[in-house]
Amino acid sequence: MMIDHPLLGLRDAQEFTYLGDASLIDRPDWQAEDAQDAFHDYLYLRDNPAGAHRELWFHETGDRSWLVVTRNTLTHEITKVELARDVARARGRSK
Amino acid sequence: MNQVNRLTGGQINRAKELNFRFDGRSFKGFEGDTLASALLANGERLMGRSFKYHRPRGVLTAGSEEPNALVELRQGNRQEPNTRATVAELFEGLEAKAQNAWPSLRFDAMAVNDRISNFLTAGFYYKTFMWPKPFWEKVYEPIIRKAAGLGSISFEDDPDLYDKGFLHCDLLIIGAGPTGLAAALTAGRCGARVILADEDFRMGGRLNAETLALGDASGSDWAAEAIAELASLDNVRLMTRTTVIGAFDHGIYGAVERVQDHLPQAQADKPRQILWRIYSRRAMLCAGAMERPIAFADNDRPGVMLASAVRSYVNRWAAAPAQEIVIFTNNDDGHRTAADLIAKGVKVPAVIDVRADAPAVAGAELLAGAEVIGTEGRLGLTSVTVRLANGQTRKIKCGSLAVSGGWNPNVHLTCHQRGRPHWNAELAAFVPGPELPSGMTVAGAANGQLSTAQALAGGASGAVAALGDLGTTAKAIDLPQTEDAPIALKPFWHVQGGKSRAWVDLQNDVTVKDVKLAHQENFVSVEHLKRYTTLGMATDQGKTSNMLGLAVMAELTGKSIPETGTTIFRPPYTPVPMGTMAGRATGKHFHPTRKTPSHHWAEEQGAVFTEVGDWLRAQWFPRQGETHWRQSVDREVLQTRKSVGVCDVTTLGKIDVQGKDAATFLNKVYANAFAKLPVGKVRYGLMLREDGIAYDDGTAARLAEDHFVVTTTTANAVLAYRNMEFARQCLWPDLDVQLISTTEAWAQYAVAGPNARKLLKKIVDADVDISNEGFPFMACGEITLCGGLRARLFRISFSGELAYEVAVPTRYGDALVRALMEAGEEFDVTPYGTEALGVMRIEKGHAAGNELNGTTTALNLGLGRMVSKKKDCIGNTLSERKGLSDAAGLRLVGFRPVKAQDPVTAGAHLMRASGEISADTDQGYITSACFSPNLGCSIGIGFLKDGANRMGEKLRAANPLEGSTVEVEVVSAHFIDPEGERLRA
Repeated sequence: MMIDHPLLGLRDAQEFTYLGDASLIDRPDWQAEDAQDAFHDYLYLRDNPAGAHRELWFHETGDRSWLVVTRNTLTHEITKVELARDVARARGRSK
Repeated sequence: MNQVNRLTGGQINRAKELNFRFDGRSFKGFEGDTLASALLANGERLMGRSFKYHRPRGVLTAGSEEPNALVELRQGNRQEPNTRATVAELFEGLEAKAQNAWPSLRFDAMAVNDRISNFLTAGFYYKTFMWPKPFWEKVYEPIIRKAAGLGSISFEDDPDLYDKGFLHCDLLIIGAGPTGLAAALTAGRCGARVILADEDFRMGGRLNAETLALGDASGSDWAAEAIAELASLDNVRLMTRTTVIGAFDHGIYGAVERVQDHLPQAQADKPRQILWRIYSRRAMLCAGAMERPIAFADNDRPGVMLASAVRSYVNRWAAAPAQEIVIFTNNDDGHRTAADLIAKGVKVPAVIDVRADAPAVAGAELLAGAEVIGTEGRLGLTSVTVRLANGQTRKIKCGSLAVSGGWNPNVHLTCHQRGRPHWNAELAAFVPGPELPSGMTVAGAANGQLSTAQALAGGASGAVAALGDLGTTAKAIDLPQTEDAPIALKPFWHVQGGKSRAWVDLQNDVTVKDVKLAHQENFVSVEHLKRYTTLGMATDQGKTSNMLGLAVMAELTGKSIPETGTTIFRPPYTPVPMGTMAGRATGKHFHPTRKTPSHHWAEEQGAVFTEVGDWLRAQWFPRQGETHWRQSVDREVLQTRKSVGVCDVTTLGKIDVQGKDAATFLNKVYANAFAKLPVGKVRYGLMLREDGIAYDDGTAARLAEDHFVVTTTTANAVLAYRNMEFARQCLWPDLDVQLISTTEAWAQYAVAGPNARKLLKKIVDADVDISNEGFPFMACGEITLCGGLRARLFRISFSGELAYEVAVPTRYGDALVRALMEAGEEFDVTPYGTEALGVMRIEKGHAAGNELNGTTTALNLGLGRMVSKKKDCIGNTLSERKGLSDAAGLRLVGFRPVKAQDPVTAGAHLMRASGEISADTDQGYITSACFSPNLGCSIGIGFLKDGANRMGEKLRAANPLEGSTVEVEVVSAHFIDPEGERLRA
């Protein structure tokens, strides 16, 4: 597979390490009332759709960016690649 | 022996005669021959024995789809089994052996299987070898293993070199027949970067095997001219002997180039084969089509061949399979074979066409509406029996029967991304479906365009379209006038009512009867049929048999072929040697070897090394007279604790953490608090997984307000860094902090023992104060040593002694260990390896990988109080889960044997002093154990339920694996200096 890195262009997927569902960015609030349950769901309940899936890839042998790759798990078609940091900011993870 | 069946013409170099041997006999052929064509030219039809019944078999095809003619090529350590004689290029001195035959190809004892074939039908493994059960492993399997299988291997190391390579192109063209050549010319002339790959050693595909003209030129001349032009273009890369084996994601293709297989003597400095990874922007599959056989009784005798293969041998290689050749066909293309044979002077006694309205053949008798119902000849075909249209039978003498059942487009690569082919009723064949691998188009015969004119036009227009996609305007080449015959075929798969077995899959000895049996036994799915009968398996992957099997199955179920299904094709297209897959990653090159900065010095000392991941670390340093590793390790431990020892600890992961928010960041990735760590201090840190399990530990040294150096364990250096980057980018994206791995930038040594300070004083520069007051326990700093060399000094201790770790830029690592050892001479300094390191950390009760085993929490490790409840950090929320916070749960404690001479064994499980030993009564387990030379007995540490409250209790350490049980006493895990006085000395 080829991943169109937002900073570096097309890179071979072999340069990356795969993590999985990008919902891991949405780490719950540790001080919330239901923190235990929220962390349980965060950690153990991941989506694994047959189709478009947003997932985390780490450019381990490259520039060490974490990316959010939108990949169709049936066809491997990649429709979007974002810097995970940008996604995290957009999802309100800025301090 | 002379070449009795050699004809005139052909694309062979008669000026270069080649000698070769097959099954112990000598033959001659010409340059340009394959092993198969040369054997046919010499009148040899028998080339192998079949897999199951050891039936005599000859060559069926003239290409890589060959199911029968598998031979062992070369000898000794270069012996290669299951090589198809049809694609093995002849070279001087080639040595080939028939497979699966004993004692000889002509008389094979195992042919007795053929007599008991009633017992060896579909699924016979499953039915016959079921009982008694223990017989499978000891009796049946070894016998089956010996009897089955085709070739044999030498069991010697492969001496050849294999390589991997990477290529990029705008357009990859797979197959250099008329379609591929027209596409390559069209794309090449407009300047696109083109790769044209073909599995053959001569490009041109069917153009080399046919007598058709393209314009004024013969097909092979037109091809030669096209290839010459392409070779002159810098933007075109021609790859002969290169099989594209797989279509992978996003335009990536795998290809195997056989660089030296055709040479008598491999050049040692060149790879034998290269596995290419081709990155293409667009790809065109121009792989042509394969003729398929018709099944009839005894259709497996040597001499029964595909009609197109007969044409290839006669036209391209000037080798006639026999002097008299009968044709059996269901389509017009079969008639072409008759015409070509007659033109070459080969006798064609009859053309048997299943169609009642078959067109006449000039120069041969046509038997329209007739079918072949049997064949004769023990080791080779002597005659065929024909059932005529009027029901009478007739025997016709011949040495070869050319069979044509129509053509199957080579759709294989279109299926590699799970695309399914579509049924085309006009061709009675599967053509590529609409779901192709991204960037791929299919043209020519592979796309069901079977005439030469269609192939050329499809290739040219396909290239224009593919380049148009990329924004390049290409102009289709001018197409020469050529054959454009329509498809004229009557679907016909197998002859009904024959007396003997009709073979569907020649490689796996699967007959029409086997398919019927599988159907009777309710195997409905084609995939199940395949596995039950083994149809379509092994080296040819059913290229000539899948379609036939499917057709028979369809007939039996009363469904149409497309309703019955198709088998999916997977990479590789043709077999790939394991060596090619491995490339250079063999032996020592299988994974990299990382050497520590003191490696060469340690080698000089005669150190014994151990692998730690990719690292090689000194395990111990034997001295003269030491005959057992324990002697060396005990000495290293005792000497370190008595005076001073030096150990290379470079392999620990080092991560440089810098930025305004560095301390805040470390607070989040470590379970314990770091925000208030003063500059110039080091703190032990524990990292948790988000699920609350401890996974790594190390130290963080604060060199400046905004600068920390973090260490990880050797094993987790990569993972900890990855997790920290995840935390930095994905969880807390706006912290001002930067990370970089500096594991390899610094050489680091532990200097441990009561004389450590005295030794170091001789090394560090005069202005560096390392007194206990000036540089106390857990101090750190940037210093200079050996006269101005920048270094880092950490007062940390894994051994429990007064100890430092000193780091210098890696290139000074070798010099530093020598300097340390020289300075330490007066203290009788000892280097110590990983074994002594391990003994000392167990004596001190420090956790390591055995304790951080992926199931234990900070609480289990006795570090529960370290986990800060006042801050957010990875893992703290879930570490408080009920199941992980049991007050009476496992705790890290120490164990001593009650009888001093008894060994404590890691992995042993702890049981109460009396009672049953079982999983139900398990009290915990020992994780690490060693002989402690300081205590004079074996000791261990491990996890015990409610361990902190059970000091002094006697337990049994049960080791049922080795059948021993040892009585142990629960003690503190800190065997040495529990108060930590030595560290602070």
